[in-house]
Amino acid sequence: MANPLKCDLCTKPATVHLTQIVNNKVHKVDLCEECAQAKGVTDPSGFSLADLLLKASLNPEAPSGLRCESCGFTQADFKKHGRFGCPSCYSVFKGMVEPMLDTMHKGTAHAGKVPQKALARKSLHDRISKLELDLSEAIKSERYEDAARCRDEINQAKQSFGQTAER
Amino acid sequence: MTIASLIDTPSELTDAASSKTAIVLMTRIRLARNLANSPFPGWAKPAQRDAVLAACRDAVQATPPMKRCLSVSVAELSELERQILVERHLISRELSDAKAGSGVVLNRDQTFSVMINEEDHLRIQVLRSGFQLKKAWSAINDLDTALEERLDYAYSPTLGYLTACPTNLGTAMRASAMMHLPALVIANQMEKVVRAVNQLGMVVRGLFGEGSDASGSIFQISNQTTLGESEDEIIKRLGNVLSSIVEHELNARQKLLEADAGKLHDKIGRAYGILQNSHLLTSGEAMNLLSLIRLGVDLDIFPATSRSVIDRLFIEAQPGHLQHAQKGRFEAGQRDLLRATRLRAEFANFARPAFTLNNNNEGQN
Repeated sequence: MANPLKCDLCTKPATVHLTQIVNNKVHKVDLCEECAQAKGVTDPSGFSLADLLLKASLNPEAPSGLRCESCGFTQADFKKHGRFGCPSCYSVFKGMVEPMLDTMHKGTAHAGKVPQKALARKSLHDRISKLELDLSEAIKSERYEDAARCRDEINQAKQSFGQTAER
Repeated sequence: MTIASLIDTPSELTDAASSKTAIVLMTRIRLARNLANSPFPGWAKPAQRDAVLAACRDAVQATPPMKRCLSVSVAELSELERQILVERHLISRELSDAKAGSGVVLNRDQTFSVMINEEDHLRIQVLRSGFQLKKAWSAINDLDTALEERLDYAYSPTLGYLTACPTNLGTAMRASAMMHLPALVIANQMEKVVRAVNQLGMVVRGLFGEGSDASGSIFQISNQTTLGESEDEIIKRLGNVLSSIVEHELNARQKLLEADAGKLHDKIGRAYGILQNSHLLTSGEAMNLLSLIRLGVDLDIFPATSRSVIDRLFIEAQPGHLQHAQKGRFEAGQRDLLRATRLRAEFANFARPAFTLNNNNEGQN
């Protein structure tokens, strides 16, 4: 933070200094009068420090050239919207997300529900794709015994697949 | 099923009041979920939004709890219908303002609502009257698991459920309770409570969420963080905070009665008089008067059966519901007149207050 304290959200001098302790972690924000008003800091009921920290943590960095291949989202877009473009953005912008999580959440690793069924379906799907690749290679190199084995395994996998979903 | 028939159907929100709902009016849990291979709604192109809407509507309608449901796109709804759904806490203001390609699926008793293409592809909500965090979690967990059989969720082993905004990562769960805290408000203790609750990683908001005021002394308390804790841990922590707020509210009531019962009875008696006789009532004033009557029910000044009447009026005194009941257009200025007329009629047959020196806190909930 600069020497005469500047607002974390804009560049005006900061006059509101807020310290909040959440889960034994100290969070500090410095704001100018206007931003404090706009963010509802003066009204404790409508104020969320997490949202504020999210936006503040984005200000100082220079924009990197990173761009999400799947959806075309850039770091500059995140600064503008405060939301990501697609699920893949989280791996593309990993370096930017990780430092944010520490101030925003209680921990940095998921400890809750795991979508077992969706994950099982995905691994089955991946297995079928791989077997199909193996099959076409086996046929190309005339390894017919391998090809037959792949075909059987594919059929077997597809059968259990049909029970969960038809995708 | 149509929106109009939904309003006339008994619902969890308007028809389940009992002594168990004295301070915690209702419990709500919301899960955010996204499809693995589509851009988030705010970044998706119109065609992509439409595709997600269609896929999600089909999947939601195929789950057992949503067999008999109302599934609509936001574009099909009139402005009034959207407002009514917001007032019943079934859709968010954000969804109500959404562009094309958004929708909602509701079940008949309005305990489940699934918003599609709000900030995330899916916002699944369960609503239960009273203080029922565990039951609510079990219900929404089942619906979520049923949906997972049909949809590929965006999920990462380290970050959990992936959401458009990183503040929702992990469990992507927001559990909340709607609490009626008139004594803490009268005793000017709410600010202290809000601060203490914030320190515990929970957020306090007004009746209609972010930025809304706390008219009627009704507050929403919910968890702030979603990553690093399991759903059970979050629910347990929130449950402890809620129990302690209930205790503070009960203490505050006791103190108000001990310090000056006459003053409290005067507030309640005047509220009753105004509701019976006024001809112009703003939404805020009506909420505050109803809140005092509700406090009177808790203090045995009015019969316990009146509680459900008040809870229904909390919703029906809202602008959208008033306009729907009127079945026609009216000016904003007429609204206060209509509201007062409605409440006068309701309170003409309402039990008279029974003030005795023994009115004290029944300690329910």
